[in-house]
Amino acid sequence: MKESKLLAKDKDIVTPGETIAEGMDFFPGIGTYRYEDRILANQTGLLHVEGKVLKTTPLAGRYLPAKNDVVIGRVSDILMSGWRIDINSPYSSVLPLKDATFDFIKKGADLTEYFSLEDYVVCKITQVTSQNLIDVSMKGPGLRKLRGGQFILVNAAKVPRIIGRQGSMVSMVKKGTGCQIAVGQNGIVWISGEPTSEIIAVEAVRKIEREAHVSGLTDNMKKFLEERTGTKLDLEQIKREAEAESAAAEQPRFQSRPPREESFQEDK
Amino acid sequence: MSSDLKYEKRHDGRDWLETRPIEAKAGVIKKADGSGYFKIGKTEAYAAVYGPREMHPKFLQNPKGGVLRCNYNMMPFSGAGERVRPGPSRRSKEISMVTDKSLVPVVNLDDFPNAVVDVYIELPQTDAGSRCAGICAAAIALADAGIQMKDMVAAISVGKVGDKLMVDLDYEEEAWGEHSGLVADIPVAMVPSTGEITLLQMDGKITKEDLLKAIEQARPVFEKIAEVQRQAIKDKFARWARGEE
Repeated sequence: MKESKLLAKDKDIVTPGETIAEGMDFFPGIGTYRYEDRILANQTGLLHVEGKVLKTTPLAGRYLPAKNDVVIGRVSDILMSGWRIDINSPYSSVLPLKDATFDFIKKGADLTEYFSLEDYVVCKITQVTSQNLIDVSMKGPGLRKLRGGQFILVNAAKVPRIIGRQGSMVSMVKKGTGCQIAVGQNGIVWISGEPTSEIIAVEAVRKIEREAHVSGLTDNMKKFLEERTGTKLDLEQIKREAEAESAAAEQPRFQSRPPREESFQEDK
Repeated sequence: MSSDLKYEKRHDGRDWLETRPIEAKAGVIKKADGSGYFKIGKTEAYAAVYGPREMHPKFLQNPKGGVLRCNYNMMPFSGAGERVRPGPSRRSKEISMVTDKSLVPVVNLDDFPNAVVDVYIELPQTDAGSRCAGICAAAIALADAGIQMKDMVAAISVGKVGDKLMVDLDYEEEAWGEHSGLVADIPVAMVPSTGEITLLQMDGKITKEDLLKAIEQARPVFEKIAEVQRQAIKDKFARWARGEE
């Protein structure tokens, strides 16, 4: 039998149809497949070599909704008993009346009193069908209407990097600029603060998005923020605070409320 | 018509199996979900991919999976002097369709029922081989958009001028055949990893043996083109890492 050979390195960028490994000693994971005795990539992504398993994480692509994702959406239409929410995905979602508020809503009430067209909301995906019909809910901690600030669109594949490990990256940007920031899994980012620091925060998020595949990004971002804002940042402290925050989030504050999503960063 | 007309040397000094100079880029259109640029000789193609997104008109939706929709367009000033009448024509509709059919076998849109991936191919300058350049640009754009694809699609024309088999006919070579009847121009698209042919059209005449030989001897050229396409995507990320556009 031919000897197996790895043709790409861990953290390499691989493109569709690229041969990653030859021989039967490696196994295809997400984003790769076997063709004859080779393993090829089937999407543009960053290669991860995990022992014998070859995986890629995508570097581009639209947001595909998944249950329990916390996303930021725009109210795009008002339905008979709910709202249509555009969640920057190929499919729009529905916010049913019963999941919208704890208030009692009378039959025939004017729904725009609760959410009106062009309102932005933080909501959570409660259900996704095989045909990608989506239901969202507004009941849960951190789920709310967003007022003021600005919304920017980033690639949904880069969201994990923008949030960082246990929220460390977004905490750093918040700390550095003093802005409130909310990142939805779908790639909509809400930034609100002083006009000048808002600009810096937008630049920072854009920079993270473009350089998501670069290693040492945290240090680069620290340097960038320190240069732009002129204040020193303590990485260790930010990390500790982010960890404490996500640990606190795992403890339910009220019994009726489910634990907050770890991947979603609520602003303070 | 004399069959002993000979084409001894290519008029631009290329080898029989040599393409015109190729240049490829990814991420050239920022607003698009993915984009590609492919230049071969004087033929230039831009491709922009949008989606997967909601399919309109609704009756074209397919509940079993996503749809790929290609649109090929030559810009009015793109020809050799004559203005190309803008808007859809019989020719551009046909090329849109064959482009679509040449790309569909590699893309996987099963996760996107009822959605559409739009591919817009624009050609600012053409000098033969425009549908192949368009397919190459579109494949780069689709890969750049993060669409699942089992491989790139590389396209180039093969053919026969006089008694010689060659690849990548340019306009001069192609036009020579119009009256002499001695030229065959065959645009081919191939999936390099499997060798599957996803586009095969022909203008002119060629024998079965010559056709098979022309495609067979061009196989390495497809691999080279696919390599250029892949490099274009990697270059984009290298550019971004350096903080460039």
